[in-house]
Amino acid sequence: MAEFAAILLGTVLVNNYVLVQFLGLCPFMGVSNKLETAIGMAGATTFVLTLASICSYLVYTFLLEPLGLEYLRTITFIMVIAVVVQFAKMFIEKTSPLLYRVLGVFLPLITTNCAVLGVALQNTNKNLNFFESSLYGFGAAVGFSLVLILFSAMRERLAVADVPTPFKGAAIGMITAGLMSLAFLGFAGLV
Amino acid sequence: MSFISQSSPHAHATNSTQRVMLTVVLATIPGALAMVYFFGVGVIINLTLTIGFCLGFEAAVLYLRKRPIGFYLKDFSALVTAVLLGLALPPYSPWWMIFVGCFFAIVVAKQLYGGLGFNPFNPAMIAYVVLLISFPVQMTQWAAPVNLGDLPSISEALTKVFTGTAIDGYSGATPLDAFKQSESLTVADIYSQKPIFSEAFFAGAGWEWVNAGFLLGGLFLLWRKIFTWHAPVSMLAVLALMSIIFYDGSSESSAPVLTHLFSGATMLGAFFIITDPVSSAVSNKGRLIFGGCIGLLVFLIRHFGNYPDAVAFSVLLMNFAAPFIDYYTVPRSYGHSKPRRATEKVDV
Repeated sequence: MAEFAAILLGTVLVNNYVLVQFLGLCPFMGVSNKLETAIGMAGATTFVLTLASICSYLVYTFLLEPLGLEYLRTITFIMVIAVVVQFAKMFIEKTSPLLYRVLGVFLPLITTNCAVLGVALQNTNKNLNFFESSLYGFGAAVGFSLVLILFSAMRERLAVADVPTPFKGAAIGMITAGLMSLAFLGFAGLV
Repeated sequence: MSFISQSSPHAHATNSTQRVMLTVVLATIPGALAMVYFFGVGVIINLTLTIGFCLGFEAAVLYLRKRPIGFYLKDFSALVTAVLLGLALPPYSPWWMIFVGCFFAIVVAKQLYGGLGFNPFNPAMIAYVVLLISFPVQMTQWAAPVNLGDLPSISEALTKVFTGTAIDGYSGATPLDAFKQSESLTVADIYSQKPIFSEAFFAGAGWEWVNAGFLLGGLFLLWRKIFTWHAPVSMLAVLALMSIIFYDGSSESSAPVLTHLFSGATMLGAFFIITDPVSSAVSNKGRLIFGGCIGLLVFLIRHFGNYPDAVAFSVLLMNFAAPFIDYYTVPRSYGHSKPRRATEKVDV
């Protein structure tokens, strides 16, 4: 039990995929302008990340390893992720058409979210078992969602701040992200 | 323009930004005096340098942004940042480190966001964390309190700050360092073996009085109604509660309650840092959550993490979460049955 708590704490805070490992920065900057959208994106990414790390574990262990095709894992994982994203897209389109419209192009772009591929590859590198890799995927997704949602609430406030013109918009967003990643270094050694 | 008819209330508001900031600077005096007594002239050098650099950077950026320099300097917000940073940095720090810190505090953390009122992070804490990550060696050299070692003389201190010549044997472990570094000892052992505790009354030589000084200043600010009680009380309560729960007298770094409350930056943080009106949560309920989470994070990082003290990190982490807390703790406005979020559409 303590081991699983350590995995979750480790992926959510200590090795946060966005602020410590700098993966998944594109949706982090792209979809964080409004809180409501960010919450939708966080939900969709959590769904995809967890499912994708489970599926890629299964594909790697039961397909690639027995056939000796480990060198194909990157391209295979990209395929797996693309399929999972399509599934998530259809799911959201049916269940919440409004969220589907709001997320727009960013929904299919979850495919190119480096965090999703990064988690799948790291899971195979670390030789995790089935349960651990799904927990890693889930933890990474929760960490991503946490910083995305907090960051979007902050950016709503930055939008009305009297920022000097050259730093308006994405520039001050990047500076804020950098300062936040400084703060996340405080978790070092927690697990 | 004349204002002939005025509606009630006819009370005079005595608080202006300038007045609030000056009161805060005034309230740091007991703690600052205790620091000067225990750690020597280095504290005064720190404060002089931070005040000079911070005001200089503030003026320079205001000039670049074509804002009225005198007007903004006179709100004394840069002065407060400078004083807090000067108290937070280790005495006898090299001047260039203080220069870098002031640059990050004033230029990056404050003016790039638009100046006072817009900065999402506490400027002094940003500077502290940037320096702690970049120059860990210099940032962890705290002077030993006066009764445990010889304090450097003024000329020694000045050469150390400006030329970097090392001084022998002035630094020592802080109480929290002592707990972090002695993993295998019991709390009773640490208290009898480490001079920082055996020379102390209740929580660590020197540090207990510095913290008591800041507590006194904080109570003065509370009495002057500069801030509400919610954030500091909630932070100290959670920190005390957590340290009671985890204290068993035997294990490695679980310091007793009084050591947690009266060493490191606890009191400075609780009354001067987390009560920053700009970067903290706005509503009373929000402040309770904000302070409580800071207390929790301080304990977690001190107890389980790599760093001996964690006030700066915890404050930044919760500054980051403050807009989100605000979003979900909007108070009910008078005449409405439920709170209305800023982003909801107003029905006509």
